[in-house]
Amino acid sequence: MSEIFRAQVDIDLRVNGEQVAARVIAGQHVIDFLREELGLTGAHASCEHGVCGACTIRVNGQAVRGCLMLAAQLDGAEVWTVEGLSDNNTIRDLQDAFVARNALQCGFCTPGMLVSAEELLAQGGIPERGKIREHMSGNYCRCTGYEAIVDAIETVARQRAGKANS
Amino acid sequence: MKASAGGYARANDLGHAIEMLGSADGMGRVLAGGQSLVAAMNMRLTTGDLLVDISRISALSGITEDAASLRIGALTSHAEIGTDPLVRTYAPLLRDAVACIAHAAIRNRGTIGGALAHADPAAEFPACVLALDATIHVTGRDGKRAIPADDFFHEVFETALQPDEILTAITLPKAERDERQTLQEVTRRSGDYALAGLCLVRRRAGHRVSLLSVGSRPVLARHAMAHLDAGDIDGAVAALRAEIDPPSDTQASAGYRRHIAGVLLRRAMADLTGEKT
Ligand SMILES: Cc1cc2nc3c(=O)[nH]c(=O)nc-3n(C[C@H](O)[C@H](O)[C@H](O)COP(=O)(O)OP(=O)(O)OC[C@H]3O[C@@H](n4cnc5c(N)ncnc54)[C@H](O)[C@@H]3O)c2cc1C
Ligand code: FES
Ligand code: FES
Repeated sequence: MSEIFRAQVDIDLRVNGEQVAARVIAGQHVIDFLREELGLTGAHASCEHGVCGACTIRVNGQAVRGCLMLAAQLDGAEVWTVEGLSDNNTIRDLQDAFVARNALQCGFCTPGMLVSAEELLAQGGIPERGKIREHMSGNYCRCTGYEAIVDAIETVARQRAGKANS
Repeated sequence: MKASAGGYARANDLGHAIEMLGSADGMGRVLAGGQSLVAAMNMRLTTGDLLVDISRISALSGITEDAASLRIGALTSHAEIGTDPLVRTYAPLLRDAVACIAHAAIRNRGTIGGALAHADPAAEFPACVLALDATIHVTGRDGKRAIPADDFFHEVFETALQPDEILTAITLPKAERDERQTLQEVTRRSGDYALAGLCLVRRRAGHRVSLLSVGSRPVLARHAMAHLDAGDIDGAVAALRAEIDPPSDTQASAGYRRHIAGVLLRRAMADLTGEKT
């Protein structure tokens, strides 16, 4: 292999607000990096081909599939996982609403659900249920049947809109 | 299963990327949004690729206009295309397509250049650029080429791109003031690849009809277009069903795809004329 292409790549990034420097294998995806190198096991690697959404995390302000991004691409990136968004209270109301409405059973899909839902909620306003369903259509849940998840997201949208207006 | 890449390199600019592809001895692989490529790597459908990451080349991203045409950089994401005001005004077909492509998180990273270079016959953008009569711009070691969309798609995942070439942008004629564009498709669930889909453009020069998921590449339905130009919708539906040769697979039979292609054409015409089907 020529010198140009690296089997291991050095990256510098911020994860949940903390500076991280690492050397990663060229083909490693972001979820394996977060889980195995940084011990952040909130985001799950499940289908690993973009279908289920269990790996959804926030990179540079956008919700993305962690399994479809390489760790090598993270140099200079700002990454937030469900752990960081929990610790800084960004999604506390959403988590409370998920618990109150039983929007999780086994909880495997929940970290991805929360990050995806937060992206929609951050746009503001009270989205129609159809819009919530459409936005969440890339996140699979094998337990709940989705109704409670949509309820929880809708509840939080109303609460936040109420706060913004008061 | 885990991906096995041969190596990774980040390109600073287009010239750098082409140089690196050239030095990869045939193993070079452009990495754009990664929404098809990384999935394929994770499934080990491809191994040992020397990845040339072009995703940071800002000159390849963004949407601009001149008097007659719209230019969309290869790295422009599906999400950007879905919300861009120029696209809404001058190429609404592309905006409608975005709503049909995958899910929000995938649209945040997937790029139009990647979707065209990938050339999945079930993807929306390839069929759209055919219907819009767009031009695909590529650059390689031997310089630049401008390829009509009509000549770009060869087979499943095969295009006119040479191994050392990078798709840089597409240009397309701006929609005329009274031009109409519509996309119709049948999917089992939101965000799934369509069982069949159809783009219809009506402009002064005539109708353009293209289809996705009915063959090994997106197709232009020339006979149906001629019948529509003559004002004969029934004739167009019959011609359309005769001129496509859809596959049978686990998703749908050839006969069903042929049937819904005709239904989609009627829906598209009804959408243009404001009638209900
Ligand atoms: C679960 C899921 C569902 C999806 N559903 C749909 C859908 O319904 N409809 C749809 O159309 N798409 C769908 N997609 C695919 C998505 O639109 C991809 O974004 C797109 O196919 C590839 O774009 P990319 O930028 O991610 O390319 P990448 O994955 O980075 O690259 C794809 C291929 O194109 C090549 N390439 C990329 N950019 C260039 C360039 N500029 N020049 C030369 N070669 C290049 C790469 O080398 C690679 O071979 C789906 C994807 C997933 C994971
Ligand atoms: S693990 Fe990434 S989408 Fe399923
Ligand atoms: S709670 Fe079990 S998969 Fe969603």
